[in-house]
Order: sequence, then C-alpha cells, then structure tokens
Amino acid sequence: MDTSHPSTEHGHPGYGTFIAVWICLVVFTLVLVGLSHLGQGAAVWGLLTLTPLKAALVFYFFMHLRYEGPLLKGVVFVALGTLLIFFALMFSDVAFR
Amino acid sequence: MNSSTTSAGMGFLADEGPRRGLMAWLTSTDHKRIGILYLWSMLAFFMVGVGVGVLMRLVQLDTFHHLVTARTYNALFTVHGVIMIFLFVVPGLPAVFGNFFLPILIGAKDVAFPRLNLASWYFYIAGAILALLSLFTGGGAPDTGWTFYAPFSLQTGTNVTLAVFAAFVLGFSSMLTGINFITTIHRLRAPGMSWFRMPLFCWSLYSTSWIQILATPVLAITLILVMLERLFGIGIFDPTKGGDPLLYQHLFWIYSHPAVYIMILPAMGAISEIMPTFSRKPIFGYTAIAFSSMSIAGVGSLVWAHHMFTSGMSEFANMVFSLLTMIVAIPSAIKVFNWVSTLYKGSIDVQPPLFYALTFIFLFCIGGLTGVMQGALSINVHVHDTYFIVGHFHYVMFGGTGFAFFAALLYWFPKMFGRMYSKKLIIAAWFPLFVGFNMLYFGMLVLGMQGMPRRYYEHLPMFHAGHQVVTVGSWLLALGLVIYLVALIWAARKGPRAEGNPWGGVTLEWTLPSPPITENFEEIPVIDHGPYEFRKGGQHG
Repeated sequence: MDTSHPSTEHGHPGYGTFIAVWICLVVFTLVLVGLSHLGQGAAVWGLLTLTPLKAALVFYFFMHLRYEGPLLKGVVFVALGTLLIFFALMFSDVAFR
Repeated sequence: MNSSTTSAGMGFLADEGPRRGLMAWLTSTDHKRIGILYLWSMLAFFMVGVGVGVLMRLVQLDTFHHLVTARTYNALFTVHGVIMIFLFVVPGLPAVFGNFFLPILIGAKDVAFPRLNLASWYFYIAGAILALLSLFTGGGAPDTGWTFYAPFSLQTGTNVTLAVFAAFVLGFSSMLTGINFITTIHRLRAPGMSWFRMPLFCWSLYSTSWIQILATPVLAITLILVMLERLFGIGIFDPTKGGDPLLYQHLFWIYSHPAVYIMILPAMGAISEIMPTFSRKPIFGYTAIAFSSMSIAGVGSLVWAHHMFTSGMSEFANMVFSLLTMIVAIPSAIKVFNWVSTLYKGSIDVQPPLFYALTFIFLFCIGGLTGVMQGALSINVHVHDTYFIVGHFHYVMFGGTGFAFFAALLYWFPKMFGRMYSKKLIIAAWFPLFVGFNMLYFGMLVLGMQGMPRRYYEHLPMFHAGHQVVTVGSWLLALGLVIYLVALIWAARKGPRAEGNPWGGVTLEWTLPSPPITENFEEIPVIDHGPYEFRKGGQHG
C-alpha cells in the first residue's frame, strides 16, 4: 500500500465522524420535509440553503474532498462557481418576471 | 512500433498491431487511428445531413406538396439539426484533428487515457445508432426541432424519448473526450513545452474541453428530466402540472450556447495554425489569441438566454443577456484582427488550406456580425424565428466551423494519410461551394428580413422567388461538397505520396514523417522555443 497517498497521510475520519455527518444529513432532510408543510416560499428557501449544505457535507467527508490537494479542490470550486453564476443569471429572469 | 512498417513509409497506417483489417481499426487505442475513425464516421453522417438539407429545400419548391407531408417536413428539420449538431459539428474538429494532432503537437506519444478515448468513439457510435433508431421506432421520427422545446416535446407522440437519450449518450462521448484532452495537456507535454510554447490549436482544444466538461452535464440532466417527464409525468417543465417551460429553455441553452463555442473554438485554433504557416511568419498576438480562446469559453457560457428574448423572459434578464452578448464579440474580433495581421507583410503562399481558411474568415465575419445584430434586443424581436436566424447560424456553423474543418483537413491531410490531393480539383470544388453557400444562406438572411418564418412547411407567394434562389444555392453547395470529398477520398487511396513537410510548417507534426509512426516520436522531443518561429526552423529542430 502506498503510504504517501494524501488520504492516508492525513488519516481517514473515524466512524464517529461519518455517523455524525449522516445524522446531520437526516436532520436536514427532516427539516426540509417540515418546511414543505409551511408553504412554497419556505420550501424553496429551505431547499436553496440546506440542499447545498447537504451536498457540501457529502463532498467534504464521504467523497474525501477534505483530504485532496489544492488542484482537485480548485476544480470542484470552479464547477461550483460556474453553477452559482448560472443560478444568479437565471434568477435575473425568474425574480423579475 | 514496427520498424519494418516505418521503412515501408506508411507509418501507423501500416502498423495494424495484433489484429488485422477492420478489427485493427475497431480495437485500436492509437489516437491517430481513433481520429480517422471519427473522420470517416462523421463525414458519413455529414453527407446524410446534407442530403436531408437538400430535400428540405426541394420541399419549399414543391408548392403542390407531392414530396412529403407537413409532419415529415417537421421530422426532416429535426433530423437535419440533430445529425449536424450532435454528430458532426460538436465533435467535429476536436474528435478528428484534436485526437490526431493534440498529442503530436505537445510532443506526447498518445492521449492520457487511450482506452477511454476509444470508449468515447463507441459512445459516439452508440448515440448515432440510437438517433437513427428513433426515426423508425416508437411513434416515428421526432418532430420537435433539434432543441426539443417543452412543452411540445412532452406532448408529441413521436419518439422524442429515444432521440433525447441518443443526445444524452453523445454528450458522454463529448465529456470523456474533454476530460482526456485536459489531462493530456496538463500531464503529457514534452520537456520545455511550456503553456506559452504550445501551438494555438492546443489552447483552443483546452478551452473547448473545459466547456465540454462544465456545460455538457447540464444538458445531460435536462434530457434525463425530459425523459422522466414523458415517462412518469413528473411536472418539471409541463405548465399544466405546475412546471416551467422556460426553465427547460434556460437549461437547454446553458449547454447549447456554449456548445456553439465547442464548435467554433477548435475551428479558430486550426485557422491559427494555418495562417502563420502560409504567411511564413509568427502569428500576430499569440498571447492575445490564447487568452481570447479562454475568455470566449468563459464569457460565452454566460450569454445563453439571448436565444430566449421573445420567450416571455423578464425584461431585466433580456437587458443583462443582451449586454453580455455584446461583450463576447470582443475576443472573437481579437482573433480575426490577429489572423489578418499575421498576413500583413508575410510571404504569402496561397495553397488550398489558406484559400479555405481565408474563406472561413470572410464567412465567419458575416456570421459574427449578424450575431451581434441579434444581440441587440430591438433587432432580435423582429427577426427572431425567421430565416434570418437560420442564415446567421449557418454562416457561423457551416461557413465558420464547416469551412475551417475543410481547411484543417486540407492542411493536415498529407500528414494523416501520407498522400497529397489534387490541388486543382480542390480549388475547383471551392467555386460551387462558395457561390452555392452564399446563394443559400445570404438568401436566407434576405428572406428572414422580409419576414419568412423558419420551420414553416409552406410559404406565401411573396417569398417564392427567394426560395428558388436559395434552393439553387443548395444544389451548387452540394455539388461542391461532392467534388471536395471525392477528391480527398481518391487521394487517400491513390494520391501521390506526400513529403514529411509539404507546407513548410514549423510545429511538431511537421518534424515527423507522413504519416507518423505508431507512437509518434522515436524520442520525446525537447522544446526550446515557441511554435511559430520560422527563422529557427521546426519547434524540434
């Protein structure tokens, strides 16, 4: 086994971390379900804020982005930045219709 | 590499590896063979698309409607668009010339992932087969136009589901090629081949690849949503279920407008190779051209909604996208200025590749300027969905990418096949191509300004004379294409042997024999100067 691999060098998180992240994801999902009962506005804003947070947790811990080098992190942030710009420009339509 | 095949002088073409005949081609991971696989399959689809296009023009002359029904006409323009966009223009230059020349131009023996490269071609063929199957299965050929706009694409009984799945598979081919090229450029450049010593074709492929991997997934997800909506009625785009059809248009154009730059950027890269070679001087403004490719890729990804000015989008968004559209014209103009400046005080040698490259610049300028016109809201609302739009995008896609493809093929043909074509025949093909092209598409610009709507089966008598001129143009254009292709196919089989460097080029491919050996270089070259320094000779002198 290659001990110089970054994920090994920095060490994987223990089961405790994974379980804590999983609990967070479940709680966020329950919150989203709850918000959907409060009306469309609350549901949309809940989705817009909590879903990216959930995705970030999955990227960061389950997909091991936390243990990657700056190049791979940079590529992910370029994609995220692009997505944000797409969202912003689409809202220039939706918000002013 | 088999040295006996090299001594036979046919390089990789003679080196079949462990398998023979067709299997040697279908299982090869050599980037050059894969490039040629793409070339022949793409040209076959292109000619089918041309045939459908000529038939569409004939329908407009057939005022008694004997040829096809209105529904078949709808299917024809859909098939024409799907074939030309997804099977020819999008993969076009990157898949053929990118595959063949990118590793050579940066001094590598192959792309970073050769097997993935072959898989990309199989995805491409699988997508093509699915697209063809969609014509004859289910409810018949899709009649939505290549854009598959909702809500019609959700309601029509034709086989839209299979057609969008075909486009989905083709998207995978495109993404895998993009990933392969980016990795190749980052990891496999020869010693001394710094970023600013790379030929400009590599820069154009690099910027294109980023668009491919950032924008294509948006299309993939959108098409999956269309399939889910058709199969399960989930109500994302269908207004009767609370969906938003404009959301479909946003998502579709988030990919499909950058796709225009996937199509044109490698074409511009190829022209940037041709201009210095036939001017015998370094390209004017290397850095400006390299950065303009990247900025076209960046800004070009932010202008998609100029396709939607009359869709009911908010006025604020109309203004934002109109402004952004004006900005993207700047890097394109930088390129045109630099190509023309490269010719200035050059020792110009008008060979067929330069002849076609100059034609590209002329036609692309008309396409680009009519595009800027439409970026202005006040003009767009009048010409939207008319023949003016059809004329404009054919000037960009065919006059631009198509003619650049022809120029690139003429430039690199001797290197790819080790044989030379008849220059007289190629110049003879140019006349019907050029005259026919302008009769066809300039005629469409005029018809559009007069008010002829696009995608209409019938037309008012006032447009008939215009349609006659345009249709005759399509015949001339088809004649030119046939002469061009016959000349090249004959040359690939029987043409006289080509020299290693017939044009006096100085980038790395011209230091190799024609055609190159299987792994390109006996030894990886060491690069110590830029790509277009004619006084120093070849980049690997």
